[in-house]
Amino acid sequence: MDTLLEKPKAAHPANEPEWLAHRRTEGRKNFDSLPEPSPKDDRWRFASTGRLQTNGYASAAAPTNVVLARLIERSDLVGDTAGRLVYADDTLAQFQEIDPELSAQGVIYLPVLEAIARHPELMEKYFLQEGTELGSEKYFGLHASQVIAGAVLYIPKGVRVEKPFVNYYWSSAADAALFPHTLIIAEDNAEAALVDCYLSETEENKALAVGVSNIHAGSGANVFRKVVQNWNESCTSFQLDTTVAGRDAQVKNLAVNIGSERARFENQARIEGPGADVKMYSLTVAERHQEFDQRTFQIHNAGNAVSDLLYKNALLDRSRTIFSGLIKVAEGAQQTDAYQTNRNLLLDPAAEANALPGLEILANDVKCSHGATTGNVDEDALFYMMSRGVPRRTAMQLMVYGFFEEVIEKVESEELAENLRTIIHNKFQAKIY
Amino acid sequence: MSDTELQDAALQVDTEKGNFSYPEDYAYDAGTGLSKETIDYISKVKGEDEWIHAFRMKALEIFRKKPMPTNWATKDLENIDFDNIRYYLSKGQQPSRTWEEVPDDVKETFERLGIPEQERKFLAGVEAQFDSEAAYSRMKEDLEKEGVIFVGSSEGLEKYPEIFRPYFGKVIPSSDNKFAALNSATFSGGSFIYVPKGVKLKQPLQAYFRINAENFGQFERTLIIADEGAEITYMEGCTAPKFETATLHSAVVELVALKNAKIQYITVQNWSNNVFNLVTKRGMADEGAEVKWIDCNIGSRLTMKYPGVVLKGRGARGEVLSIALANEGQHQDTGAKMMHLADDTSSNIISKSISIGHGRSTYRGQVHMPKHLRNCRNNTECDALLINTNSRTDTYPAITTRGENNTVQHEASVSKVSAEQIFYMMQRGLSEGEAMSLAVNGFVNDLMKAFPMEYSVELKRLIDMEMEGSVG
Repeated sequence: MDTLLEKPKAAHPANEPEWLAHRRTEGRKNFDSLPEPSPKDDRWRFASTGRLQTNGYASAAAPTNVVLARLIERSDLVGDTAGRLVYADDTLAQFQEIDPELSAQGVIYLPVLEAIARHPELMEKYFLQEGTELGSEKYFGLHASQVIAGAVLYIPKGVRVEKPFVNYYWSSAADAALFPHTLIIAEDNAEAALVDCYLSETEENKALAVGVSNIHAGSGANVFRKVVQNWNESCTSFQLDTTVAGRDAQVKNLAVNIGSERARFENQARIEGPGADVKMYSLTVAERHQEFDQRTFQIHNAGNAVSDLLYKNALLDRSRTIFSGLIKVAEGAQQTDAYQTNRNLLLDPAAEANALPGLEILANDVKCSHGATTGNVDEDALFYMMSRGVPRRTAMQLMVYGFFEEVIEKVESEELAENLRTIIHNKFQAKIY
Repeated sequence: MSDTELQDAALQVDTEKGNFSYPEDYAYDAGTGLSKETIDYISKVKGEDEWIHAFRMKALEIFRKKPMPTNWATKDLENIDFDNIRYYLSKGQQPSRTWEEVPDDVKETFERLGIPEQERKFLAGVEAQFDSEAAYSRMKEDLEKEGVIFVGSSEGLEKYPEIFRPYFGKVIPSSDNKFAALNSATFSGGSFIYVPKGVKLKQPLQAYFRINAENFGQFERTLIIADEGAEITYMEGCTAPKFETATLHSAVVELVALKNAKIQYITVQNWSNNVFNLVTKRGMADEGAEVKWIDCNIGSRLTMKYPGVVLKGRGARGEVLSIALANEGQHQDTGAKMMHLADDTSSNIISKSISIGHGRSTYRGQVHMPKHLRNCRNNTECDALLINTNSRTDTYPAITTRGENNTVQHEASVSKVSAEQIFYMMQRGLSEGEAMSLAVNGFVNDLMKAFPMEYSVELKRLIDMEMEGSVG
């Protein structure tokens, strides 16, 4: 039985434009007609698809004002922002608008429904138009049919915004279905940074989250998106992210994945202009029965561009991770530099790391490499520290935090980096011995 | 030379080598297509025991049930027309003991392949296969004295069932994949070898395979058992005449290395460019044993071959060294599988591929450490060299790791021959083709050293021949 649409949130405005109604219907059709993921599909290889359960969730009623106030209070990962949105169970809890000065320059930063109402042309062009090709078309369809929460950021030509835009998405009610959406459109030479935080009110409230994010970076644009995924460990989550990079665009994606019982993370970067430079970084800390299923796709359709990927996973207990990455260099995309690195640190004998680093190269003048390593903490290094008086446990912690630091230091915000360290250390402290 | 010229030139590779055949004159021919009657016929001609016939029949069932692996593999597989293939032919000759007994036209074919010379040089025994049956088989007396058994598959199962039957179809069960099932149903020819305890063969054993009938699938079956502490090196090399329609070659090779045994299996595959070469190769390594596959793929239209080692006993070692050369119209889909099932096991995979023109080379690998194991090691390196602007290479490894103090590393890189290198060599008087050839040979040089000297010389010559067409 599928309860997903039985209680549609009243918030789908009746007067939605026709194009959107059409996209929602199409999405629903895809969700209903596409088959359930199966391990026979290479894009789901090694994933425990049997554990994937999307039934039994429904859109939740709006949380009480007390809950909303408390969650707004707790939305404190980044202090100084250019704009801020807080959602709880897809209900808008807080919207901090941008400076009138930025508005005057043409910057748009709005909740997704308001953006549809006020900028229909822009939204028709970009909203729900870019999905991943990595296996979750079915869930992208579900998202399209349901999405009402999310942030839309538009930066016009040549405008630079220093401070980050920060979005918080909270899950609160039991068995809630959430569909957070982020759309970033950076015109030529525009510059912006954005942080998406996915959080749960309690450790227990189970939820299904299907998030989508699309970045469109024009010529010379510079976009940095950071993701903090810290749903509680009862949640099932999908995060389907895409980037389209134009000529000389610089796009950085950085994700810190900590939460969810089962998390599917798809990240696809399509390079359409020469000179583009796309970075994809991820740090995952897996414990207990968590499963992190990461699929990435670096598509080089234009030559002379660079992409670099670094995914680091630390595994505890009986957790599993799957990293499946593919670099595709199209015919004629010469002088491509594409790199892909996956590092897995096994901290328990029962933990399982799977790596599928792939390459498809159709041009000869390229520099492409991938590397995947899986191993335990280096005993020699531990011994070295212990011989200098560092207790084993401390030495172990230093080694593990050192493993994380390579990604955390790329956050480029000391405040957020420190907050992330705290979250990770809290999860980890008790487990390292 | 411009890119277009390079591509044109790449089309003109030497496809003539091995391009000769003799009138077909087959005493036994099972006709085309595969049915229960075909199996009955093969079994009858071979005079097989009932259990082998039953084994074939069961495999036929499995073959029919299994879908084509096109969900992950190339769609080119769909071009195989199973109804248009001859599954068994034979001259009806018994494996010969002396060179004089070999039929003249067969001898002539072998003559051109250089077998007698090879034999004079260093071979301990020759098991040369002309189409389905071993046409010539001889072993040096001292080997026989040591108790080494080196026979064809039918002879092995008939004369030495107590040795071969316990392992036959155990390393690679018929249900392993569609083509293993096809082979299990229709196999004929191949080598069955048993090396007794502690016997270390100083010289390699060798077999040549050759396809010589249009639309004729060759389904040889090889089983090598090295008893405790034994050591053996086996080599196979293939060339086949060129035909108008596609030919199917689907072999199964099983290696069993018991405690502290060592098996090294060397292949030089140079089928003509219309052969589908779909081979299943796997070795089982017991405690302290070592299985090493050295695999070189130069010919065929499509090769799908992923030699594997099941590291079953503590301290077992597995290794795959692979060179693939994909020229215009070719797809070399090769790789390796390492299954770690015991503590302290280690495996090593080194794969080098070269793509020329529209040639496509693919590496598929699997490294599996599924259980609570300790101190296992795997190292994988895949390097691809792309010669022309539209050459293609893919890498699809899959690595699963669990357990304590295990280390797995995988590295892959893609490169081209640098213009500086070529310029430097040309400046010193080499032609562009020679320079390219030298650079390519340099790329595979460290792997070539792993081959016995005669083979690496032959390989170098083959690579030179392939490269001749691609540049200059």
